Amino acid sequence: MHPETVHITPYRSHAWVLITLLTFTVITVTVTWIDLSALTVFIALLIASVKSFIVLTYFMHLKYESTLFRVFVFIVLFIYVLVILFTLADYAYR
Amino acid sequence: MTEEKTHHPEPSYLVDTGKYKGLMAWLTSTDHKRIGLMYMYAIMVFFSVGVILGVLMRMELYWPGQQIYGPQAYNGIFTIHGIIMIFTVVIPGLAAVFGNFSLPLMIGAKDVAFPRLNLFSFYLYVLGAAIALASQFMGNGPPDTGWTFYAPYSIQTQTNVVAAVFGAFVLGFSSILTGLNFIVTMHRMRAPGMTFFKMPLFPWSLYATAWIQVLATPIVGITLLMIIAERWLRIGFFDPSLGGDPILYQHLFWIYSHPAVYIMILPAMGVITEIIPTFALRRIFGYKAIAISSLAIASVGYFVWAHHMYTSGMSTTARWVFSLLTFLVAVPSAIKVFNWVTTMYKGSISVKPPFLFALGFIFLFMIGGMTGLSLGALATNIHVHDTAYVVAHFHYIVFGGVGFAFFAAIYYWYPKMYGRMYNIKMANWSFVFLFTGFNLLYFPQFIIGMMGMPRRYFDYLPQFTFGHQLSFWGGILLVIGFVIMLITLFSKKGAKAPDNPWGGRTFEWNIPSPPPVENFDIMPELGVNEGPYDYK
Ligand code: HEM
Ligand SMILES: [Cu+2]
Repeated sequence: MHPETVHITPYRSHAWVLITLLTFTVITVTVTWIDLSALTVFIALLIASVKSFIVLTYFMHLKYESTLFRVFVFIVLFIYVLVILFTLADYAYR
Repeated sequence: MTEEKTHHPEPSYLVDTGKYKGLMAWLTSTDHKRIGLMYMYAIMVFFSVGVILGVLMRMELYWPGQQIYGPQAYNGIFTIHGIIMIFTVVIPGLAAVFGNFSLPLMIGAKDVAFPRLNLFSFYLYVLGAAIALASQFMGNGPPDTGWTFYAPYSIQTQTNVVAAVFGAFVLGFSSILTGLNFIVTMHRMRAPGMTFFKMPLFPWSLYATAWIQVLATPIVGITLLMIIAERWLRIGFFDPSLGGDPILYQHLFWIYSHPAVYIMILPAMGVITEIIPTFALRRIFGYKAIAISSLAIASVGYFVWAHHMYTSGMSTTARWVFSLLTFLVAVPSAIKVFNWVTTMYKGSISVKPPFLFALGFIFLFMIGGMTGLSLGALATNIHVHDTAYVVAHFHYIVFGGVGFAFFAAIYYWYPKMYGRMYNIKMANWSFVFLFTGFNLLYFPQFIIGMMGMPRRYFDYLPQFTFGHQLSFWGGILLVIGFVIMLITLFSKKGAKAPDNPWGGRTFEWNIPSPPPVENFDIMPELGVNEGPYDYK
């Protein structure tokens, strides 16, 4: 087995991630006071997606791992999106 | 390979070498082989309970009208029968038992990638099963929704749905962690020289299964929590009277539960793919096609879930699209069947018990698969949906397929597990009873289903009586077969088993029976020109 390349993320970038996440949490809470009607759920999901992107990239080390892992995550997201589209399609055509 | 085997001074994994002795040594063991056996014992116990519940239903259905208990009890019994059989028997089933016992041996690893997580999964399994069973004894009586927990009834019924649903949720976690463990194991721990396309096909099937476990199970987890939230907090997800949509529940449920049928059947197909070359002494035909068809089943299988919902009131467009996709997924399944049959062609076949059960599997799986197609066709489905025809279809696949593959796997790896042989004659008799009993039990259900016998009904019209009575007697034969099998396997110690009783070629047959704790003292290797099934 080949030796593992270990990447140690500096504290500073962890701190940045934390701050960004907290900021987005504040935004999530704040927008609930604004009436966006149909867009409410969309915006909430958008913010959540940005947050999970950051978590995946830094905390879960995707940025530093081999491409295989990125491919995995991509396939998973792809299937997930398809599943949602199929379900929503039923609503659209009902 | 050289004939001279150095006999290992290392003790087998069955001997306690650690801090604890006896039962404690098992319960704290992170050895994949012991965990596999613990799953096997647990599953056999749950299976027996499920069988007893099944017989209870058949007794009640022997004549029309009430015989021994009333309709509410009947609803409770088919619900817990389904929960036990699906969530604690066939979903963990082959992956948990033989994935654990055989997978590391077959790829030349000392254990799975995360042995402690593995033990933790086992405990989650036990905990989840205990919670599901507890639903029978607490609150307002046993749940009566069926194993599918369809909303809005599951929101409205007064019975103890929450416990059952939460039990299924915990069981789901166990399944996810096992899947994760196997994926990492196969990526990181294969023996030197064993590329992915030289991996035996049972591991391949587990690989595809593991991805479904990891990707699909969270969806049912969330869905089940949504039921609890809706019952407790009155949040309107599914119940129209709260503003929800019951069809959304069916979508979410089947997005998991259709792929879940592949969690059950893929490892079963994998086992059959190991057994057939061993007993036909032939290299497997179409190795790559089988490996890739597992992945194809796993991925296309994600997009057929709504074939359970043709009559639910979902959109017509969705109905024909899903019907089309359902037909596509049958193709990779058929590829496997052709490959098994072709492998046997001109082989030197020795009909030992594992092989008999493998043949039984192919026969029953074919019937199950073909009737699946007639159910997948939108037009026919409307007539037979929610009839005994569906009951017959999925029992042919889940019991005739997964169950028979499970029995085949036990008879195949038993000598490796215990270092002992069993009585071959007795094993053959168990097959005769199980196979005839099975067909007598479920085939009549196809017929009365087409005649209009609804499923999950406590009472029926007199014209269905004969069919139900045949089924009852089939059930009795089946139980006899199962008891014969238990006696064959567990009543007394058989003769000592050689390391390789069947002449198998995968790694597990090159090490002692039972294997030592660390499996291999010399790392096995595959040479450049060697494959997993080098017969001829
Ligand atoms: C050729 C492949 C298959 C096809 C085309 C197929 C198709 C179907 C369809 C259309 C239904 C819905 C029937 C209805 O409710 O009206 C169904 C039910 C079912 N199938 Fe299959 N099936 C296939 C293979 C499998 C496999 C491999 C399994 C399990 C290992 C399985 C297990 C089930 C179960 C458990 C149900 C009943 C679910 C319930 O309780 O409502 N099927 N199948
Ligand atoms: Cu299905």
